[in-house]
This record gives sequence, C-alpha cells and structure tokens, in this order.
Amino acid sequence: MRLRAIVPAVLFAALAAVFGFYLMEIGRGKDVSAVPSALIGKPAPAFALPPLDGRTDGFASTDLGGKPALVNVFASWCLPCRAEHPLLLRLAKDGVAVFGIDVKDKPEQVGAYLAELGNPYARIGADRDGRVVIDWGVYGYPETFVVDRGGVIRYRHVGPLMDYDLDHTIRPLLAQLAK
Amino acid sequence: MRRAVLALLFLLAGQAQALEPGELLADPALEARARAISKELRCLVCQNQSIDDSNADLARDLRRIVRERLEAGDSDAAVIGFVTARYGDFVLLKPPFKPETWALWLGPPAVLVIGGIAWLAFVRRRGAAGAAPLTPEEERRVATLLDRSK
Repeated sequence: MRLRAIVPAVLFAALAAVFGFYLMEIGRGKDVSAVPSALIGKPAPAFALPPLDGRTDGFASTDLGGKPALVNVFASWCLPCRAEHPLLLRLAKDGVAVFGIDVKDKPEQVGAYLAELGNPYARIGADRDGRVVIDWGVYGYPETFVVDRGGVIRYRHVGPLMDYDLDHTIRPLLAQLAK
Repeated sequence: MRRAVLALLFLLAGQAQALEPGELLADPALEARARAISKELRCLVCQNQSIDDSNADLARDLRRIVRERLEAGDSDAAVIGFVTARYGDFVLLKPPFKPETWALWLGPPAVLVIGGIAWLAFVRRRGAAGAAPLTPEEERRVATLLDRSK
C-alpha cells in the first residue's frame, strides 16, 4: 500500500528528469531538430569539385585521408556561415585541415565573401548545382563534417559552430583522431 | 460575403502545388510513381512536409533526383534506398519497423494496454467493494424521507 503511494511520485520524478535533461541540452545550444547523419562511420562520398572562379584548387574526395580534417559546407548567401567563420579561421590557424564546399554560389559573391572575411580553407570545391552535398546528406547550412585519417566520416554538425562545440566536441575528436 | 470569398481563397490556396511544371516527367506512369515516392519522403528543411509538398530548395533538388533515378530505370525501392543512404531513415515519413523503432511503433499500443489494465483493475475493485448495507438508523431516515415526499 505504501509502495503504491510513491508510484506517481516516482513517475513524475522520472519524467521531470527526462524533460530537464533535454531543456539543459537546449539551453546549451543543442538543436533538437538536427537529424543524425546516415553517413557516420562510412567513407566520404566520391566526388571531384572544380575550383571557384579565379582559383586553381578544387576539392575532391581524394584530398581527404592521411590526416583528420574538417569539411565545411558553406555559401556566401548563408548568414549563419558568416557567424561561424571566425571559428574556422581559428581552427585553420591552429593547423587543422579545413576543406570547404561552396554551394550554389555566384562566383563574384563568394569571392567577395572570402576577401572580406578571410579564407580558412585549405581547398575549396564549388558545388554549383548542390548535387555533391546531397551525397553528403546535407540539408542545412552550414554543416561541418569531421573526417578521419582513413577518409571515414566520424561526426557531423548541423548549423553554425559555436565555441562550445569547438571545445567540447570538435577539438577533442580531432585530438583523438590524430593519435 | 467578403468572409466567404476569403475562406474560398484560403481553400484554393491549399490546392497550390510545390511542383513546378518543368519538373514533370513526360511519361505519366513514371510521373505517377515519382509523385507517390515524393509523398513518402520528408523534406529535411521543413521536417513536417513531404518533398512533394515543400517549396524548399532541397525538396526541389530531391524531387529532381527521384525523377532522374526513375528515368534511369531504378525501382521504387532503389530510389527510396538512394535517398535513405544519404539522409537516413528519418526521411521516411512512415518509419520502418526495426529494433531501433520498436519503441516508436509499440510504445503507444503498450501505453494503451497498460492504461486499459489499470482502468479495469480500478473499476473491478470499486465494483467488488460495492455499497455498504444501510444501518437501521439510515433505514429509518430513508423511510421518513419517502413518507414526506408522498
């Protein structure tokens, strides 16, 4: 009889714990509508993208592997990309290989974007019709993938990278993959 | 009258399609299959719309891909497989029944069954207890009340 009296209280506490956990995650900036990537643990899709106009370095799947790298999907028309740009510059300065896929962009606009904000990318591929990023399962901009030495996709971040993501996810993962 | 016209306009607006004329396939049978597949695939940008309903850029690109694959001779299952290989099971508006989705499919009926059992137990306990027989004192009061109402 006693036991039965505490059942509702226990159920309530369990529910409160679950909701509280998710609220805290949201408070820390977690995007609950973000969809897990189907490509985690799979090799990066094969592609070969041409360079941006006025440049000579395209970006192909053969550029991946050898060392852990970030693949950042961006566009000059994407406002949150602008927001995360300083973080990418910082990563590049720290010696992280950051590759860029520029999606559905106008050559003069992406040129102005990089001239204004700086270029963190080791290589940039121009995905003019957005078909290569569909092979990557991209649905929002920006998206950032962590690819390991073997060219396997290990992590995907949807939306702009924040300091919290860098410190708690991206850098620890890169460090672990570099071992 | 103005309200009626407005209501009618809203009704008609619902009929508008995301599909653009240029996207349609010439072969009506293939086009019908493309429509059916598109209705099953979630647009990841808007998440509660199918790619058939959505005006998002990604939805349009995926509608094109669905049609290209059908024209290339893919089966319906192969087309859906092409999309789920890239975007995962989440793109399917009707999720498949597999270990990861057991809780999703079986959760609601399980809750219903548990609730039903609890309700039955409650009702039976209440029924079994029944109403206690009246004490002689209560019998007398009932008799007085009934007398008075005559």
